[in-house]
Amino acid sequence: MQDDAMHHQSTYKPSTGFEKWMDRRLPIIRLAYDSFVDFPTPKNLNYWWTFGGILAVCLMIQIITGIVLAMHYTPQKDLAFDSLEYIMRDVHYGWLLRYVHANCASMFFFAVYIHMFRGLYYGSYKEPREMLWILGVVIYLLMMATAFMGYVLPWGQMSYWAAQVITNLFSAIPVVGESIRTWLIGGFSIDNPTLNRFFSLHYLLPFAIAGVVVLHIWALHIPGNNNPTGVEVKTKKDTVPFHPYYTVKDGFAIVVFLTLMAAFVFFAPNAMGHPDNYIPANPLSTPPEIVPEWYFLPFYAMLRAINFNFLFISSKLGGVIVLFSAIAVLFVLPWLDTSKVRSMRYRPAAQLWFVLFVADCILLGYLGQKPAEGVYVAMAQAATAYYFAFFLIILPLLGILEKPRPLPKSISESVLKPSTSETPIGAQGQAAE
Amino acid sequence: MSAMSDSHDGNMAGGEPTRRDFIHIFSVAMATVGSVGVLVPLVSQMNPDATVLALSTKEVDLSAIPVGQAVKVVWQGKPVFIRHRTKEEIAEAEAVPLSALKDPLARNANLPAKADAEDKNRRIKPEWLLVVGICTHLGCVPLGTAQGENRGDYDGWFCPCHGSQYDVSGRIRKGPAPENLFIPTYKFLTDTSIRIG
Repeated sequence: MQDDAMHHQSTYKPSTGFEKWMDRRLPIIRLAYDSFVDFPTPKNLNYWWTFGGILAVCLMIQIITGIVLAMHYTPQKDLAFDSLEYIMRDVHYGWLLRYVHANCASMFFFAVYIHMFRGLYYGSYKEPREMLWILGVVIYLLMMATAFMGYVLPWGQMSYWAAQVITNLFSAIPVVGESIRTWLIGGFSIDNPTLNRFFSLHYLLPFAIAGVVVLHIWALHIPGNNNPTGVEVKTKKDTVPFHPYYTVKDGFAIVVFLTLMAAFVFFAPNAMGHPDNYIPANPLSTPPEIVPEWYFLPFYAMLRAINFNFLFISSKLGGVIVLFSAIAVLFVLPWLDTSKVRSMRYRPAAQLWFVLFVADCILLGYLGQKPAEGVYVAMAQAATAYYFAFFLIILPLLGILEKPRPLPKSISESVLKPSTSETPIGAQGQAAE
Repeated sequence: MSAMSDSHDGNMAGGEPTRRDFIHIFSVAMATVGSVGVLVPLVSQMNPDATVLALSTKEVDLSAIPVGQAVKVVWQGKPVFIRHRTKEEIAEAEAVPLSALKDPLARNANLPAKADAEDKNRRIKPEWLLVVGICTHLGCVPLGTAQGENRGDYDGWFCPCHGSQYDVSGRIRKGPAPENLFIPTYKFLTDTSIRIG
């Protein structure tokens, strides 16, 4: 039954006596074999497809370094900051564990953003992969919550004020907002109870992420991978077994990715951090400028862009609504894009809007770290408008108005006879093959 | 639930409810009540605990604050700004028309909720302004209490996080914050001492 749904019969042949014994009781080796060894995978996947594996490695690194860091960290407001310095100076390799954990968090988001943009460009969210995409957005949300609470644990100035600002987002909810915030932080201001519960949840959520990752991979293995042409696999000729073809390709990408991470860990371990977080938390003094970690900057820019009241919605509530809508819109993306053509490789107009969208997200990130005044506010408002217009106006209309290029008949055809009107982004993937 | 019992006692045709139906419905109802009972302590434990609730009032001696200066005190874990205003500052605050204010309400816990934001509704004695030092936008502590700090364009407070500016009466004048700085309940015990909360 399951093999039917996964479009391929299990080819696993238990060879040793132990494997045969296991196969009749808990066929877990069969599951692993069918999922990661003989899983038929489109033969034209380019390097943008390696980020799924990279993300799995990131999650493992974060869980392993996190568990050992928790053996030395103290979640108490008078001790937390000092326990970090203790980890840095006195714990064997503590500096390495902490720098890997902090920098891998950044690299994790870097990889997830590429993974999401790849899905957006190649239409990986479209029928029949809507659940795959939605589970991905759920993972992204959990990642944001985990990263935020982890950032509070060092109990430096940026930790404290990040907690203050982010938990205050909930107080914007009419009527019950203030009570919800008090309940969330366990007091009238950010204090020891807040630190304690954030530590507890920061430890819990990565395992929740791992659980949703299992569902994500399950939802991937039902329809199988999308691919750069967006044309579904038609025959066995369109595929290669996952191992060794993609284990090796993913493995190479992982090594390159880890090299980049090592460069940060060993040569610029604090490049992604804010120096103010080396000042212990002080509830009576806000740092001169509060900026979130870089991976939250685009959303931060959107939050601050709403500096005007709209009808009965105050600027504060409006900013919070825009912030959450920016993520909520991703959940309905599969139904907003009306195009029948999956991959933007064959959608010339969509390519232009997509490049603009990526530039828009980077611009929002830049504006998020600038002071919220003068021309920056106007720019952030325009960039926020484009962010939503891309999903709510451009994608629905393009599917109707745009004339796509002819699609190849199959993956094999596109690989053997590449179209001459290949675009740079598509061509890059092609060259990688 | 009846779907389950159907297969057992052939109740599909909508016959009389059986004792088994009753047991099923009763069991689920009890399990639901039990679940809610378990949920209450699990949710409630996250509320502020007794030690947090105990620190509810604070007494402050004002005699040490010279005219023109301000101090920060802690009340319920939150900063409270106490500003000893000059005659010019009082005049400046009183001269602001209500139409120039983004938030028309006094936000003063000592007055009814509908009181307007005129300066006289923002104080008990004209020279003393007392506000909770938490920006009504996202909870940062605005600058402007200590000498030499940026007081913004309206001689009050300037929030460094998102650029909200408050005037010399603690009212929001510019920026994303929606409301005036909140005034907690307080009363004068003597001419120079107060109790907050």
